[in-house]
Amino acid sequence: MDLNDAVLDHLRHVAALPDVTGTRYELESEIGRGGMGVVYAARDRQLDRRVALKILDSALAGEAQLIAHLEHPAIVPIYETGRLPDGRAFYAMKLVAGARLDHYLDGAPSLGERLRVIRRIGEALAFAHARGVIHRDLKPQNVMVGEFGEVYVMDWGVEAVAGTPAFRAPDARLNQRSDVYALGALLQCMFPGTAPPALCAIADKAMQADPAARYPDAPAFLADIERFQEGLAVEAWSEPLWHRLRRFASRNAVLLWLLAAYAGVKFLVFFLRTP
Amino acid sequence: MNKILVGLIWGLILGAIDGATAGFYPETRNLMAGIMVGSSIKGMLVGLLSGWFARKVRSTKWGIALGAAFGLLFAFLVAAMQHAHYLEIMMPGFITGAIIGFLTQRLGEPESARL
Repeated sequence: MDLNDAVLDHLRHVAALPDVTGTRYELESEIGRGGMGVVYAARDRQLDRRVALKILDSALAGEAQLIAHLEHPAIVPIYETGRLPDGRAFYAMKLVAGARLDHYLDGAPSLGERLRVIRRIGEALAFAHARGVIHRDLKPQNVMVGEFGEVYVMDWGVEAVAGTPAFRAPDARLNQRSDVYALGALLQCMFPGTAPPALCAIADKAMQADPAARYPDAPAFLADIERFQEGLAVEAWSEPLWHRLRRFASRNAVLLWLLAAYAGVKFLVFFLRTP
Repeated sequence: MNKILVGLIWGLILGAIDGATAGFYPETRNLMAGIMVGSSIKGMLVGLLSGWFARKVRSTKWGIALGAAFGLLFAFLVAAMQHAHYLEIMMPGFITGAIIGFLTQRLGEPESARL
């Protein structure tokens, strides 16, 4: 009885997987489902290694060609494209061992670590934008953080993808500034409720309804993040005076302590001196 | 601006300010010119050595420590020449040196950036 159930389960599992006959891949399990297709963990029989195989819902392999042009450390590399017996297009890419950004954030990484991740994502976007490619559907589910801390932006969009509501800009036509909006939404969701005011301001500026009021591009967004990390004033926020003073004191704490020590010593020496 | 220049400039400024504080003591008011020149030269020597060290080693902690040590050493030499006012000269000199050491670490281009 147990054996029969196991066999039935196996048959159900195999029947649910697409037919990849004629390819060098052997499907193992489904690992993700997006707007344009399904991603499976698979084994490349020829090279004896595990890969991620994305099987698209259509015969269009434009997405793979799009990503293949983007060679960047934060963009998952494409190994091969092909077509299944049923005509659907597929592409094989690096199988990233790690956690999706939303799961990664559950582990409460430090502020510096979160900023490192958002900067890496921003760098990948800036790189793609410079090559005329926009993501269209940037969200935590499309970002992987690998086991060595590497960050990968995945699921680069094609024309048919409209984006995910919480991260989609209210723009009639998606462009680079729509990706900047999604980057701001991503920053916001990476600091739920506890973000420093300057970071909130950066996210708010990136998420302005009017595209012209946002950062013009990803590098401008990244420059503000970098300014925040260096303890400088960010472009997105005209901070109150007390905050500016606090930031100055925090940035120059050692110098202020030394000056206070100098004043203290001078004061002591003046009153303790023997004329 | 290279770190040695940063050290010389800040050494001159802070040395002059440190020397100028001698004006608070009535007994030194007629010696102010000599004190300010001597203090400025002392500051510049500390700045020169701290700047040279900052070009070689990037460490705020060690920059402050070495600046303070140089400041203390030169202040001791100045006090020893007068055989008096050791405390009044050495304690501010020690902290002025620490400030110069800090500034040479924070400001100016490190050696590697100019290669």
